Amino acid sequence: MTTGVTIEFTSLTKTFGQVQAVSDLSFTVEPGQVTGFLGPNGAGKTTTLRMLLGLVRPTSGSATFGGTAYRDLPSPLATVGSALEAASFHPGRSAANHLRTYAQAAGIDRERVQLVLHRVGLGAYGDRRVGGYSLGMRQRLGLAFALLGDPRVLVLDEPINGLDPEGIKWIRLLLRELADEGRTVLISSHLLSEVQQSVDEVVIVSHGKLIHRGSLASLDQSEQKQVIVDATDRQVLAAALEAAGYTVSPLRGGVLVADAEAAEVGRIAFAAGIAVTALSQKRVGLEESFLHLVGEEGAL
Amino acid sequence: MSSFGGALSSEVTKITSTRLWWILAIIMVAYIAVCAGGLAALFGSLGTPTSTPLANDALVRLVYSFGPSLGYVFAVLLGALATTNEFRHQTLTPTFLATPRRGRVLVAKLLALTGAGALYGVLALVASVGAGGAVLAIFGIDPLLADPATWQLIGRSIIAMALWSTIGVALGVLVPSQVAAIVIVLAFTQFVEPLLRLASGITDWTAQVGRFLPGAASDALVGQSAYQLAGADPLMLEWWQGGLVLLGIAVLVSVLGWFTSWRRDVT
Repeated sequence: MTTGVTIEFTSLTKTFGQVQAVSDLSFTVEPGQVTGFLGPNGAGKTTTLRMLLGLVRPTSGSATFGGTAYRDLPSPLATVGSALEAASFHPGRSAANHLRTYAQAAGIDRERVQLVLHRVGLGAYGDRRVGGYSLGMRQRLGLAFALLGDPRVLVLDEPINGLDPEGIKWIRLLLRELADEGRTVLISSHLLSEVQQSVDEVVIVSHGKLIHRGSLASLDQSEQKQVIVDATDRQVLAAALEAAGYTVSPLRGGVLVADAEAAEVGRIAFAAGIAVTALSQKRVGLEESFLHLVGEEGAL
Repeated sequence: MSSFGGALSSEVTKITSTRLWWILAIIMVAYIAVCAGGLAALFGSLGTPTSTPLANDALVRLVYSFGPSLGYVFAVLLGALATTNEFRHQTLTPTFLATPRRGRVLVAKLLALTGAGALYGVLALVASVGAGGAVLAIFGIDPLLADPATWQLIGRSIIAMALWSTIGVALGVLVPSQVAAIVIVLAFTQFVEPLLRLASGITDWTAQVGRFLPGAASDALVGQSAYQLAGADPLMLEWWQGGLVLLGIAVLVSVLGWFTSWRRDVT
């Protein structure tokens, strides 16, 4: 493997009419790791990736591969492999011909076609028309397209969607292998749980804005210290905690105190003369802290 | 490396790797063969070579010109379907990923389909000259295969078919909706334009304008028009002017489509 390629997003912005789909997004994706690009549906993930790949024109800002925009890459498919969410196949064309078409356009050796078909487990089905493929097989064919040019960067939009458990296990191993080879791997998902076993780094977006950037572990720690506390008069309790500088939010079974230790919350209640009826340190799961970050937490 | 040659061969593979092109070709060849053979049989059975209603060479030319005059709609459809399929099946995404220079893709597609249109032209002429000529010969009418004028008509017909396929691509770029594109092709070629051409003959100045209708330009390029049967000799462009009109339409519509759809965001 030659030197890695860093993906750079700089103040990337896209406006569709009145809607700001992506606003001022800046982050980098490093080689040798799997980076999860996470956010709820409609957060602007796909639009961001399509801007990165030159399919959608940014309103302002830029997205480059080590400083070079996708359309300026001399050999795009040999530099960046991508699989986008939409199934982009002619149903009447065989998988092998589908890949051959784009190998020709990109000047890639046609032997790669059989190679990548085998790598994604479609070696025996290459001559079948894609119209007869299952969703899982289409996902694999999308991945075969991404791997066609043996690229140093992989950009995969929702690659796990539609795969069966065996397929999920397979793609996790594959992503790991690709990152270990020094490639830059960026995968998007709307479910953290779907990718948390595969990713090293996370970039979280919501409503087109960057919300969190860091290692998977950072996500774990940032929201671990929550306390659920209850008393007969919740309003007095909440007021006392707010007076002490905490952020509180009402729950069905008490009050949720963010960034707090149980002992400290108990002391504040005691000092205020409030009899606490429940007090517990909440250990927040990754998925919950993810949902909290993207602003979709339901009743806990 | 992504290159123009790569993009061109990719576009050729796109055509040959699905069934559309040969299914459409078989229908076209059968249709033209039946019509050209039928017309030859009709006129052949009406009289001896010297007493046919049409002069011998006019009849032969008319029979042979069924190739482009019946086949051109297939060439337009081939080009339009090849292009609208890219929008319909979202294959523009991998296409533009492999060749991010979209102008290069468009030019490659126009050229590839022009070539396919020329092949359709050859097939259409094999059908009209083959079936028509054979039937004429059965009735003792000279199929004029030794006449250079016949081969001129054949050659220009192939050019016309190629240009019609180019126009089809351009139309598909301007009207990416496949259903809309098919409706436009069929409505325009089978209904709107024939009416316009008949109506344009009413006054002198409309006849001047009518010469520039695509079908009229195509007839001028081929050098033979079925409308000559309908009445007076219609006003026609020079053959090369007809070719330039078709080419101009293809270029103009492509440029319009470039701005309205091709360079837009692919979502």
